Amino acid sequence: MTPAANPAPPPSDPTTRLTQGLPVAWSSDGSWTWQGPPAPPLPPPDGLLRLTGKLTLAAGQQALDLLAFVGEVATVALGTLRHPGRMRWRAVLREIEIGGSDALAIIGLTSFLLGVVVAYQGADQLKHYGANVFVVELVGYAMLREFAPLIVAIIIAGRSGSAYAAQIGTMVVNEEVDAMRTIAINPQERLVLPKAFALAVALPLLTVFADITGVFGGMVMARTQLDIGFTEFVDRFSRVMQGSALLLGVGKSLVFAGIIVAIGCFQGFRTAGSADSVGRQTTLAVVQSIFLVIVADAAFSVLFNMLDL
Amino acid sequence: MAADDDAVIDMRNIVMRFGSHVVHDGLNLSVRRGEILGLAGGSGSGKSVLLREMILLQRPTSGVVKLFGQDTATLDAAGVQALRLRWGVMFQRGGLFSALTVRDNVALPLREHSPLDPALIADIAEWKLALTGLPPDAGLKLPGELSGGMLKRAALARALALAPELLFLDEPTSGLDPASSAGVDELILKTHALNQPTIVIVSHDLDLLWQVCDRVAVLGEGRVLALGTMAELAQDPQPTVRAYFTDRRQVRKAASAPAPAISAAAASATAN
Repeated sequence: MTPAANPAPPPSDPTTRLTQGLPVAWSSDGSWTWQGPPAPPLPPPDGLLRLTGKLTLAAGQQALDLLAFVGEVATVALGTLRHPGRMRWRAVLREIEIGGSDALAIIGLTSFLLGVVVAYQGADQLKHYGANVFVVELVGYAMLREFAPLIVAIIIAGRSGSAYAAQIGTMVVNEEVDAMRTIAINPQERLVLPKAFALAVALPLLTVFADITGVFGGMVMARTQLDIGFTEFVDRFSRVMQGSALLLGVGKSLVFAGIIVAIGCFQGFRTAGSADSVGRQTTLAVVQSIFLVIVADAAFSVLFNMLDL
Repeated sequence: MAADDDAVIDMRNIVMRFGSHVVHDGLNLSVRRGEILGLAGGSGSGKSVLLREMILLQRPTSGVVKLFGQDTATLDAAGVQALRLRWGVMFQRGGLFSALTVRDNVALPLREHSPLDPALIADIAEWKLALTGLPPDAGLKLPGELSGGMLKRAALARALALAPELLFLDEPTSGLDPASSAGVDELILKTHALNQPTIVIVSHDLDLLWQVCDRVAVLGEGRVLALGTMAELAQDPQPTVRAYFTDRRQVRKAASAPAPAISAAAASATAN
């Protein structure tokens, strides 16, 4: 072997090294001209109008797709109701455990604190009027009708909605959903229905649990701030509260459960291609389901007001 | 045509568009019963999309797809489900359910679609796994714990679970070392010898196409450019087809044979 086989060492100057052998002509003052084929120009960025139009169309399309998805799942659900033997009850129980009982601690703590806050804010005002005892109604109605269902839905949207989107999204990327279809298993029946059923059971139960811990938070606050003992609080609570407050809250939570499952699974199935997409869809699932839960809650307020409930 | 009566898959005038991008433009292809057909073609020639159309995961923009003599456009959901039980698919990345053990993956189609009792299903699943050359302890592992080659074997075992008449293999040797690829070649031939299923293989592994396929269809320009045995295709008058089958790596090696091997040059460089 001859030493001539060794290539010359690369030039140390980076400009020379990086443009060596390329069609660049340097002039003496350091300016350059490219003599090869020119790089195609970047497409111009979308103007405001075009961008608005594109985003609007995409949002509209997504809403239509969501509607189609909900329709498909409803069809599958009807088929399963006719043949309940096809339902995977073991999977349902497992989803209840993951999405429901595993969330008890965080929901108990959060709603307890919420009850404390509501009672505390109210106590200050009520004291001025000597109407201390009305803290019972304040905490009771606020928790049962509004805060308990809402806080439970928001926590579960963040906890379970994101998990649904990530799980299904990863399965899409991994070709597992395609594989399911090819072995004649309906992915909606197997992946969405157990979650929907589980959350429809778990969310109302969690809401009742949040009612209890929230009102208990209010009781603790009423005793320390307003000198209303536990027995007095409970006594008044059982006299003034109407059962409808509990039912309305629990009824709302059923609708919230539907929203969380639908959005979480829908965004999961929309995942395309890459791990990056899983992250994006998971974020969308959480943001959209919390948003829709709050919109639905507002709609319920208007509706209940009109119906005098 | 007599051959068409025996076609397991018959695709006529398939057009597939994604927006303005045309993937298939009047594609015709029929697959005979019992043959091993390779689908070859450069990247982006629409091999995978064609496969997805065959297994009814994607509907072409227009055209007729007939499977086992049935026009798939006229089938209802139950008809599609019934057809799906007649074929097995091995996906490029395996598509094994990551939450289930390998054995449960193979057992799943049987549990869903057969009246057999669970103990027998477990035995059948292990048998299919052994058939694909997996060691006995692999069945209890999760797919994430397997190597690339073992994953392909496990995926094949699942595709074979329902003793399909038709088998689709998407890139069965991609990402495997040469020894494992050769193993997969043999495995496919062994599977075919066992109960003569029709096999459709998407691949651009020339070794696999030469060793295994009875006929190969070359895709390009949105249609089937050529269809025949590998020997016929290598003599094809169309330069794009012939170029595809002349192994460029072999040609280059022959051209550069007198040049010193890289390791020798490196050794002399360090010696200096």
